[in-house]
Amino acid sequence: MLAEPRIVYNEGYLDEQTKRVVRRALLKGIAIPGFQVPFASREVPMPRGWGTGGVQVTASVIGPDDLLKVIDQGADDTTNAVSIRQFFERVAGSESTTRTDEATVIQTRHRIPETPLAEGQILVYQVPIPEPLRFLEPRETETRRLHALEEYGLMYVKLFEDISRYGHIAKTYDYPVMVNGRYVMAPSPVPSFDNPKMHMNPALQLFGAGREKRIYAVPPYTSVESLGFEDFPFEPQQFDQPCQICGSSGVYLDEVVTDDAGGAMYVCSDTDHCTRAASAVGFRASRTRGEWDFPATGTGTEGAVQ
Amino acid sequence: MYVAVKGGEKAIANAHALLAQRGSGQEDSGESAAQERIASRQLRGQMGVLVSRVMNEGSLYDPNLAAKALLQAQGDVLEAVTLLRSYRTTLPRFGATVALDTGALPPERRISATFKDLPGGQQLGATFDYTHRLLAERLQVSEIPKDTEEEDDAAPGTMPRITDLLGHGSLVEPDHPEDWADEDPGDLTREPTTFPMTRPERLQALARGDEGFLLSLGYSTQRGFGNTHPFAGEVRVGEVEVLFEPAEIGYEVPIGRIEITECQMVNQFVGSAEKPPQFTRGYGLSFGRAERKAMSMALVDRALRSEEFGERRISPAQDEEFVISHADNVQAAGFVEHLKLPHYVDFQAELVLLRQLNAEFEGSEDAG
Amino acid sequence: MIAESASPLLSVSGAGHHYGNRFGCRGVSFDLWPGEVLAVVGESGSGKSTLLGMLSQRLNIDEGSVHYQTAEGQMTDLATLSEPEVRRLWRTEWGFVHQNAAEGLRMHVSAGGNVGEPLMANGARHYGKIRARAADWLQRVEILADRIDETPATFSGGMRQRVQIARNLVFGPRLVFMDEPTSGLDVSVQAKLLDLIRSLVADLGLAVVVVTHDLAVARLISHRTLVMQGGQVVEQGLTDRVLDDPQAAYTQLLVSSILKG
Repeated sequence: MLAEPRIVYNEGYLDEQTKRVVRRALLKGIAIPGFQVPFASREVPMPRGWGTGGVQVTASVIGPDDLLKVIDQGADDTTNAVSIRQFFERVAGSESTTRTDEATVIQTRHRIPETPLAEGQILVYQVPIPEPLRFLEPRETETRRLHALEEYGLMYVKLFEDISRYGHIAKTYDYPVMVNGRYVMAPSPVPSFDNPKMHMNPALQLFGAGREKRIYAVPPYTSVESLGFEDFPFEPQQFDQPCQICGSSGVYLDEVVTDDAGGAMYVCSDTDHCTRAASAVGFRASRTRGEWDFPATGTGTEGAVQ
Repeated sequence: MYVAVKGGEKAIANAHALLAQRGSGQEDSGESAAQERIASRQLRGQMGVLVSRVMNEGSLYDPNLAAKALLQAQGDVLEAVTLLRSYRTTLPRFGATVALDTGALPPERRISATFKDLPGGQQLGATFDYTHRLLAERLQVSEIPKDTEEEDDAAPGTMPRITDLLGHGSLVEPDHPEDWADEDPGDLTREPTTFPMTRPERLQALARGDEGFLLSLGYSTQRGFGNTHPFAGEVRVGEVEVLFEPAEIGYEVPIGRIEITECQMVNQFVGSAEKPPQFTRGYGLSFGRAERKAMSMALVDRALRSEEFGERRISPAQDEEFVISHADNVQAAGFVEHLKLPHYVDFQAELVLLRQLNAEFEGSEDAG
Repeated sequence: MIAESASPLLSVSGAGHHYGNRFGCRGVSFDLWPGEVLAVVGESGSGKSTLLGMLSQRLNIDEGSVHYQTAEGQMTDLATLSEPEVRRLWRTEWGFVHQNAAEGLRMHVSAGGNVGEPLMANGARHYGKIRARAADWLQRVEILADRIDETPATFSGGMRQRVQIARNLVFGPRLVFMDEPTSGLDVSVQAKLLDLIRSLVADLGLAVVVVTHDLAVARLISHRTLVMQGGQVVEQGLTDRVLDDPQAAYTQLLVSSILKG
């Protein structure tokens, strides 16, 4: 019997031909901002729905000089972010960072960093459902037609119903946007708080949906308008209180349950921002390792620190 | 608890170590040392049906790798399929083989539910059919009775496919329509999925689709949700030669043999304005011994052709976009299980909204 | 009231549609003038619904031609229009009232949302104005203001039909197709609905093609009637003339069966 062949993976995991396929889709996406480009999504060694689209996009744009940052829920140290970062370190030997301002490629799930992005940076979004009309019209054949004919009445019906029912639009994440005045696009499940950051952003924004086999893009300095009515314009969610660690206000916060009596504290969802803001104001915090030293406020953090 | 979610790297490393330990059988035996590892060779030889399933849904004919993947996945079929697919997708492709000639395959098993006897005869082969499902204390290998071989001698030669036999009377739709251009079929794994699909693309999707999903859909057609009035025209299992024509050489060379299961369903069709009534067909093909999969696939294939035959489309099994979008278990499992990932940014956004709505509700109550 | 116009709104000439090798309707010719209500009557299977589907471009014109005078005054061969152009007509110039309200409404979207949708599809982006206009139209079809946020799923059959009519009139169409708009309703509800349709159509000066198996519907709301049998037009003319003095044997049979029934 012949010896079994050795199991060998390509450098960078994806083969060069596949990267070219993805890049072609990316170029098309950039040329038609907000348009969903079908691509033959490959399997990658993690489950579908766990960032396989983002991973393929990142793998296709990252080069030896790049510095990669991976965040999930705004944090560099959530398990899935760690797992994806380790994947790239392992198969691509890429250098990584947690600093938003240093990174050249940032792969994200559910957040846009608080630190403003600059020209030359690439933000790669992991997208579960790329079709903004999906839950209004489940059929791909029909939604493609609606996009092609620019028939977006249905999208407004959803917003209309919200206002009739609640007095305001009740969509808090994956809030639909109009890109470059033409295509309605799903910004992926980022909170509506982050939507304004997409508008005229100097960075290149790329979106990968692996399971659904779609890629789309927002080129730098492109108009991204959140949908709304003239008399009920889009209003991003805001928080009243500042972060209890770094004191930042006007940032997106996580609510951390501290006891079983309704106690909670609010802290930055963006760990990189929080760490740097905290050190600037003198708090000793090293959130990237999940171990914090809080100022002695006694807000029930005992059980939280390992 | 909070730190466990944020605590990243260390947690992952620990979890993976624990997983490896669980797979070693250490706990089960109550011993401190790991149990003897099952060799992938043993798995291949003794759990061939399981290995076939992983090859089918993993879309790769490689019993060795499939067995290895199953061991690494601790018996989780979908994990093993994912391992196999993620590996396969990175391999270079030399080209496509010549279409298999399943008629030429000397079947180990060949049965037809439509004719009592037919050229080549019926042959049961290795099957669970007609076994009594009684748990055995220990598994035994009994000797194959001698006279079986004599009977085999009495039915030599090839066994033509049942549909080729029926086809001569034009009672069954031909292999392909008269105006058929023999184009290279699209490749589902290399080209984007867009609907409507061609039948070859659909068959590819079904071939790698989840056995359980197709089984249930096939079953639903039998219960009236898109009835196709099926007969199992033929089920055959055997090894078939794979031919490849390298461009440099210019002629076909055999590159090996693979075991396959093929099912041809023959279905009633009432006819339409353009066509007289005739039998139509549903097709199923799978790697290894995977009869249930091949039959389910054939039922669903036929149900999905309802538009082609101008039949009413009202049932899930007839809906191409529904069936194909949800048949892939790697996609389905990933997306269902991704709910385990942190969603607290979205959840926070909903929490804030809900509090606002509640406050507004109470406010309006007070006002009223 | 028939507006003065040099050319018809719809000009149908020898038009037909086939299913496989069988024609659903064939050799149909007529002109429809602005403000005119045309009833297409016949038994089930006579081809009247196929004709309606073909005129409204839901089915292909396989033979002959259908010309339509657009808002810009151009006589356009419908068969030459692209899909986006047809869909623009559906959005801006044509209404279609289905027999089954569930086909023409979103049953789980509020009545206001249903009536407001065509406005939003045509680019309206002011919630208050859209809602006011929807409310106005719901009132015109006699639906109480406090039902505006309820869904058609909770409405009676007659109310659903009225919401559907409001949805099809709110954007100011020039031509409305109706497919058995009153069948399936109680007799008393039918009469009220017909009355409503008649007065709305007259007020707005709409052109309407209404398909019905019920000669009473034709009598009550149409100016002209076209009788179909086996996919062909057997007789057409002023409604009163066709019903009071039928020429074709088949029409005579239809009319007499009504009188007997």
